[in-house]
Amino acid sequence: MPPDAATRTDKPMQSHTEFDPQSKDKAAKPPLDPHLKALENEAIHIFREVAAEFERPVMLYSIGKDSSVLLHLARKAFYPGKIPFPLLHIDTGWKFPEMIAFRDEMAEAFGLNLVVHTNPRGASEGISPFTHGSSYHTDVMKTEALRQALDLGQYDAAFGGARRDEEASRAKERIYSFRTPDHKWDPRNQRPELWNIYNGMVRRGESVRAFPLSNWTEVDIWRYIQAENIPLPPLYFAKPRKFVERDGMLMWAEDPRFEALPGEQVQEGMLRFRTLGCWPLTGGIRSTASTLDEVIAELEIATVSERQGRAIDRDQAGSMEKKKREGYF
Amino acid sequence: MTSYNDHSGSGASATILPFAEPQRAARDTRPLRLITCGSVDDGKSTLIGRLLWDTKAVKEDQAATLKRDSGAQNDLGLPDFALLLDGLQAEREQGITIDVAYRYFSTDRRSFIVADTPGHEQYTRNMATGASTADLAVLLTDARTGILEQTRRHATIAALMGIRQFVLAVNKIDLVGYDKAIFEKIAHDFKELAATLGVRQITAIPMSALKGENVVLSGHSAMPWYEGPTLIETLELATTRSAQTGGFRLPVQRVSRPGESFRGYQGTVAGGAVRPGDSVVVLPSGMVANVKQIVTFDLVRNAAVAGDAITLVLDRQVDVSRGDMIVSIDAQPLTGHHFDAQIVALQAGGIEPGKRYWLKSGSRRQRVSVAPLSQLELSSGKWKTHEDTLAMNAIGKVLLSFDETAIFDIYEQNRSTGAFILIDPDTLNTVAGGMITAKRSQADAAHRDGQRVVLSLPADLADQLMSTEIFAARRDEADVRRVSAARAADLMKDLEA
Repeated sequence: MPPDAATRTDKPMQSHTEFDPQSKDKAAKPPLDPHLKALENEAIHIFREVAAEFERPVMLYSIGKDSSVLLHLARKAFYPGKIPFPLLHIDTGWKFPEMIAFRDEMAEAFGLNLVVHTNPRGASEGISPFTHGSSYHTDVMKTEALRQALDLGQYDAAFGGARRDEEASRAKERIYSFRTPDHKWDPRNQRPELWNIYNGMVRRGESVRAFPLSNWTEVDIWRYIQAENIPLPPLYFAKPRKFVERDGMLMWAEDPRFEALPGEQVQEGMLRFRTLGCWPLTGGIRSTASTLDEVIAELEIATVSERQGRAIDRDQAGSMEKKKREGYF
Repeated sequence: MTSYNDHSGSGASATILPFAEPQRAARDTRPLRLITCGSVDDGKSTLIGRLLWDTKAVKEDQAATLKRDSGAQNDLGLPDFALLLDGLQAEREQGITIDVAYRYFSTDRRSFIVADTPGHEQYTRNMATGASTADLAVLLTDARTGILEQTRRHATIAALMGIRQFVLAVNKIDLVGYDKAIFEKIAHDFKELAATLGVRQITAIPMSALKGENVVLSGHSAMPWYEGPTLIETLELATTRSAQTGGFRLPVQRVSRPGESFRGYQGTVAGGAVRPGDSVVVLPSGMVANVKQIVTFDLVRNAAVAGDAITLVLDRQVDVSRGDMIVSIDAQPLTGHHFDAQIVALQAGGIEPGKRYWLKSGSRRQRVSVAPLSQLELSSGKWKTHEDTLAMNAIGKVLLSFDETAIFDIYEQNRSTGAFILIDPDTLNTVAGGMITAKRSQADAAHRDGQRVVLSLPADLADQLMSTEIFAARRDEADVRRVSAARAADLMKDLEA
C-alpha cells in the first residue's frame, strides 16, 4: 500500500456556532473503538506531560511501524500546534534504503525537525555486522551512537516506541524510565509509578526515556494503523524480493554489500518484514500479504512473536536486559 | 524443532501457516486492568502462565526459548511458567519476583492488562503500585491452607487503593480432592473478611491453575458441583472504574499557543463531562469562563468525557497555566491548605514528619509537609497511633499541609484527582503514593456565631462576585452550592429555626 496519507492535510477547525446536544460528532472516519481510544488517550497524555515537564525532549524515530504510530500520536497530542521537539534517527548505515526514503518523505510531509546521527567512530572504522558481528555492530552503531546523539543534543527526555509485550525485561520497565548521566538503566532500582502520575524530576545530566506505547500490543499497533490510515514503509508489505536463508533467518540480498556465503543460493520470492532494522540483522518472512488488511489477517493467526526475526534477542540469554542497562532503547 | 505448545504450528520456520483460529473481534470495551495477589507458593506464576497460555498469548518462539531455558517440564508437558514471567536476570537467578511486571492477553470479548506483583510482605509497595491502576484484584489462596494473614494483607491493600471488585481464586483444589465443603468454607471466610473492608463484589472460584481447571477452560468435569463462572468469564464481565461520576475536571498539562489567534488548554479529562457552552471555573484562581470549543486532531467535538485527551478553548481571556484545574462551576473539587490522606511509604528512608516534600497530583506539583497520625497494622487491619517516621512499606494516615492552595477530590469519589505521589527533594525519587480522604477544616474552633455568612444569591450575580479578584484570592475559604430558588428559601428558613 502506498503511503498516500503522507499527503493528507489536517482539516481546518470548524467553529462552533451553537450547542446542539442532538448532533453527533462529525468525523471523516469511524471513531476508534473504546480499546484503541483508551490507548491513544494514554499515549497523548504521556506526550503532553513530558513536553511540559522537560526542557529538551526528543523523540527517537526508527522508521518502523511503532515509530510511525508514535509520530502520529505526537501530531495528535500537540495539534493544532506542531510537535514541539525534534525527531532523532540513529542511522547505522545498514538500514534498508526503503526506510531512509520513507523517513525523508515523512519529514517533508509533516514539516518535522529531523536530526540524523551516525557514530563517526564506527563509520570511520567501517563497522559491519558481517565482519564485526551483530553484537559489536549494535553496541557501536546503535547503543554508543544513541548515547552520543543524546549527549550532543543535551536531551533530558527521549520518547521511544517500546512496548511491554515485546520482551520479558521490557515488561518491567516504567513509562518514565529513569537513566543516569551515562544513560544506564538500573532495573532493580526503578522509581515506583502509581496511577498516571509521572515523576519527571531529574538532575542535570540525568534523563528519562518515556514510552507512550508501553501498554500497546503488536495487534493494537496494527489495528490502530488501519483505523487511522497511518503511512508505513513499503517493507511491511509483501512483494518479490531477493533473499538467502542464513542461520534460520531469511536475509534480504539486494544490497551491494551483500555477499553470499559458499553454498548459499539467492532466491526470489514474496517476502515482507514484521519489524524493521539493519537489513543484515532483520529476517523477513515468506508472505503474500501485500495490503494492510492482509497483514493484519496474517498477524491474527500468527504463532510466532515479532522479535523472532531479530538476531539481537537471541545472541545470549537476557541479552535485551543487558543492552538496555547499557543504554540501548 | 518441535513445539510442545498446543498451537498447531510451524516450529522454527518463520513461515506463518494459516490455520483456523477465530479472528479477534473488535474490542467493544475498554481493557480491564487487574492485579494478581499471592505468592509463589499459592501458584501465582502458574495462574498467570495459565492465563497467557490458554488465551494463546505465548508465541511459539517464546515457548521454544522457555523450553530451552527450563529443561525439564512437569508431568503435564507444560513449561515452567515462572521463567516466562520473571523477566529480570536477578529474578531468574533467585527464583523470585522482585518488581511489578505487566502482562497482556485478550479473548474475543476483551483485552486485559495484568499487574503481576510479588507477594511477600517486604513488597507491599510493589503491590500498592500495581493496585493503583487496577479495576479488579484476583486474590490467590491455597485450598489446603485457606485464608492466611497474607490474604488479609493483600485484600486490605487492594481495598485501600480503591479496588471494589475481588476474585478469590481458591487454587490447588485438586489437592483437596475437589472438596466442595472446603471451598465453601474458604469462600465464606473470605466474604466476611471482604465485608469488613467494604468490598461487596466478590466472586470465589475453585480452580487448579496447574491443570487449567476454571481458569480459561471449564473445570466442570472435575467439579460438577461448581456452577459459577470461570476466572476468564468473570474478568470479561467485570466493570472498569473509568466512569468517574461527579463534576468535570481538567488538570491543565500545557497551554497550546501555536499562533496569536489560538489559545487552548491541553489535558486529560479526569472526571465528569464537558460540552461547549458549559460554565467552568479555573482553580485555584477562581476565574469563571464558558467553554467555547473542544478541539482534537480529528474533529471539533460536541462533548468530552473522563479519559479523553483534549484541548479546551474558553470564550474569554483568563490566566491559565500548567497545574491549574478547569472544573465545572456547579460541582467543584475541594480547595484548601490542609488535607487528610492515607499514604504508602515506598522507599527505604520512609516518610519523615515535618519534612517538606514535593507533591504531584495530576499536573500540579507543590511543596507539602507531612505529619503522620497513625499506621495500619496489616495483620489485624487496625489503625495504631503513630506520629514518627513511616517506614518503607508502612501504610499511614497523615495530615498534609501546603504553602499554596491545593486542589483535590476525595479519592473514593475521584481516583484521578484524589491521588498523589510524594517526591523526595533530595533524591528526587518517588517516596510515597497517597489518597485524599478529607479536607481538614481550618479552624475547628470556629463555632462562635457570626464567624460565617450564608448568602443566597441569583446565580449570575454569584458568578460575577466569584470572578472578582478579591473573592478568587480567598476562594478556598468559601463553600458554594448551587440549588433551586425554592431549596434556597427552605435552607434559609431552616437557619432561622
